[in-house]
Amino acid sequence: MKTVTLEIDGKKIEAKGGMTLLEAARELGIEIPTLCYQEQLAPYGACRLCSVEIIKGERSRVVAACVYPVEEGLIVKTDSPRVVSIRRMLIEFMLAVAPRTKVIEDLAARYGVEGTRFEAEANLCILCGLCVRYCAEVKKANAIGFVGRGISRQVAFLPEIASKTCMSCRECFSLCPTAKIPRETDGVCFLDLTVDDFLSRQSK
Amino acid sequence: MAGRLTSIVDLERLRDEILAKRQGRRFISVSNGSDGRTRGSWEVIRAFVDEIEKQGLEKEVEVKSTGCHGFCQMEPIVLILPEGICYVQVKPEHVSEIISKTLIQNEIIEQFLYRDPVTGQGITHESEIPFYKGQARLVLGNNRFIDPWHIDDYIALGGYSALAKALDKMTPEQVLDEVKRANVRGRGGSGFPAGIKWETTRNAPEKIKYVIVNADEGDPGAYMDRGLLEGNPHGVLEGLIIGAYAIGVHEGFVYVRQEYPLATENVIHAIEQAEEYGLLGENILGSGFDFTVTVHRGAGAFVSGESSALMTAIEGKVGEPRPKYIHTSVKGIWERPSNLNNVETWANVPLAIGRSADWYNSIGTEGSKGTKIFSLVGKVKNTGLVEVPMGTSLRDIIYDVGGGIPNGRRFKAVQTGGPSGGCIPEQFLDTPVDFDQLTELGSMMGSGGMIVMDEDTCMVDVARYFLNFLSEESCGKCIPCREGLRQMLNILNRIIEANGKEGDIELLEELSEVVIDASLCALGGTAPNPVLTTIKYFRNEYEAHIKEKRCPAKVCKPLISYYIQPDKCQACLICLRNCPAGAIHGGKGLIHWIDQEKCTKCGVCLEVCPPRFDAVAKLSGEPVPPPLPETKVIRKRVAQ
Ligand SMILES: Cc1cc2nc3c(=O)[nH]c(=O)nc-3n(C[C@H](O)[C@H](O)[C@H](O)COP(=O)(O)O)c2cc1C
Ligand code: SF4
Ligand code: FES
Repeated sequence: MKTVTLEIDGKKIEAKGGMTLLEAARELGIEIPTLCYQEQLAPYGACRLCSVEIIKGERSRVVAACVYPVEEGLIVKTDSPRVVSIRRMLIEFMLAVAPRTKVIEDLAARYGVEGTRFEAEANLCILCGLCVRYCAEVKKANAIGFVGRGISRQVAFLPEIASKTCMSCRECFSLCPTAKIPRETDGVCFLDLTVDDFLSRQSK
Repeated sequence: MAGRLTSIVDLERLRDEILAKRQGRRFISVSNGSDGRTRGSWEVIRAFVDEIEKQGLEKEVEVKSTGCHGFCQMEPIVLILPEGICYVQVKPEHVSEIISKTLIQNEIIEQFLYRDPVTGQGITHESEIPFYKGQARLVLGNNRFIDPWHIDDYIALGGYSALAKALDKMTPEQVLDEVKRANVRGRGGSGFPAGIKWETTRNAPEKIKYVIVNADEGDPGAYMDRGLLEGNPHGVLEGLIIGAYAIGVHEGFVYVRQEYPLATENVIHAIEQAEEYGLLGENILGSGFDFTVTVHRGAGAFVSGESSALMTAIEGKVGEPRPKYIHTSVKGIWERPSNLNNVETWANVPLAIGRSADWYNSIGTEGSKGTKIFSLVGKVKNTGLVEVPMGTSLRDIIYDVGGGIPNGRRFKAVQTGGPSGGCIPEQFLDTPVDFDQLTELGSMMGSGGMIVMDEDTCMVDVARYFLNFLSEESCGKCIPCREGLRQMLNILNRIIEANGKEGDIELLEELSEVVIDASLCALGGTAPNPVLTTIKYFRNEYEAHIKEKRCPAKVCKPLISYYIQPDKCQACLICLRNCPAGAIHGGKGLIHWIDQEKCTKCGVCLEVCPPRFDAVAKLSGEPVPPPLPETKVIRKRVAQ
């Protein structure tokens, strides 16, 4: 693919067509925060932490850097006030769902978020979908999936498949940014727990 | 059935034959859509068929089971053609009288006519009924003349002649230019110019492309698309085939929501008939153009009407929006260029092509051409499907067509654009309704939902209702939409539950901005509209809830109390006996009072208190006076 020239945070870059803004920024050493992005998985665009502002002519809008492809002449701002206030709000949301988790506390520290104004069920799952997507895309097992929609959306193990495959795999454990999966399914007691046990924990 | 048509001459000949056969015949058209059927329209049709047979009138009179005529609350509607005599709320037992008097003796039966609510006069002709008079039913109007199971009915009206014209006299480029020149804008949400979208798909390099009809219609209370697809499926198909020809596509889909069984059935049947006639399939009308259509049933989630979600669903996956920034018109179903338009958008295409772009441009406003169908519901006298030229004012739609607000109440706001539209207050009633004007007011055209609200509506409660719907109907994938709507809903709930805090309005505004800016798809991108517009136009109501713990419309239960006014109470025992919570104290000759602790605020006491006493009051934002001391509760009933 042909290359395109664009500007990220005032720095010019020639990028390969088809690259995402996130990849182009990384080449320039600009660190855009991400949560649901994983190099080996298809871009998912769900956490929106990688939101950046793009300017085309007169118009500016916010897009997800992990999905948006580079374009000729684009001006990108990865740290504009608008973007920072979005990230701060997203961090507040996540602090309510997953309090006292390292990844999110680090983000809060980086963006100076001191606490959250919100309440939510602190169930640790921010629905980044890393486990679900890894299981489907890399392991091709589909042992874990989403159920429900809207504010009732959840991640759940699918008993028939999980009972056969999960015990010997556990590869999603290290992907989970809030460590919900290992915390609830592994540790000292994991070997004693059946898949049904952790399924029943999940639905609590 | 006439068999396969292999040329445009064939089509014209068929039309002439159908019209010749109809010479001198009369038709009884009965509105028999989904809504009519729940009100007994099938029974009325059967009664007509039986009676006509009994009287031996089969040659002179034909009964037509048609789609919705629009005036839902008057169904079943019987329209006698060609005279246009209209009877409303007809029952099977009225049928023999209609046949013997109106059809045989040409006599009008006063009793079955629609009554003008102001003058009380019966109105004989459909065209004189105020609900219809203010409309321009260019698209929906054909429903009255068509049995959706009879392609001949559509052809008799000139159906498929726009397609014939396109195939015979126009190149695909010319068709595309005509649609662009007519500026047909999308009726399904964004108002995007159809011609420009078509061109994008046309210009995309891949060979295999698709065209799709979006009949997901997930807005609660909206049924414009159902009305069209049920009542006139060929009108939609003709538009689709013309579009396919212009774009250079040979495969199409109709995506219908699961909850529309009749629309699905009718469109499937229409496709079969069009295939038999050679209007779909290979070598359409001998032109060399091939095109087939498949019907796909939706899974019934609001979000699956969004373009990328819909295409994912057609691929057989869960219908969730995709995070891609490349438009579906370039990379849609199976990554192939896919042009999606709404049912009503497609139905407008035969108008623009069959007549001309110039004619089409003569209707509407500068930026919005043609008509728009609205689903007019809520606190308005006439509810139903309403089609008016773009640019008709809200006032004309609500007061002329809709007949105004019932029960002598005052208008408060109108919500347009579906769940993520906005609420427009009285001072903008004279706004001409088109895509741009509604957006300017912070609302949108959406697909044409229009909910009228009167003074007894609480705007905070309205905002909560729509937000609740959206928070449950979003896919839940992206954090700003899912968590943002969750938090906005929490705040609205606490405001309504008397726990609102200083700063909540500002927090709602702050959250709205993030949800709009950062969400993955347009559901999140528009979801805060109901909150933002109610804050913009009714901020004082929010403030009353938060600061004074008062609901000005006296709707929000936690903020109201029921109170029996001692000076008005006649100790009649009616409320006391009816209160399901046993919260009312008193007795014969004793003034009644409500135990606020026990009261569930169901409002039964207010409903049953005889209007001549009018003793029960709703209070909000003020303390409930304590019951009278024991000695004062005895009272003689005043003589009536
Ligand atoms: C959450 C959501 C739901 C939608 N639902 C519908 C729908 O039910 N019907 C529809 O025609 N368009 C719907 N749309 C708009 C479609 O995404 C798309 O813009 C439209 O079908 C394009 O057709 P048009 O250009 O003819 O309007 C929806 C959009 C969103 C964001
Ligand atoms: S904005 Fe809402 S509906 Fe759209 S992808 Fe995000 S969660 Fe799903
Ligand atoms: S990292 Fe881009 S949306 Fe999550």
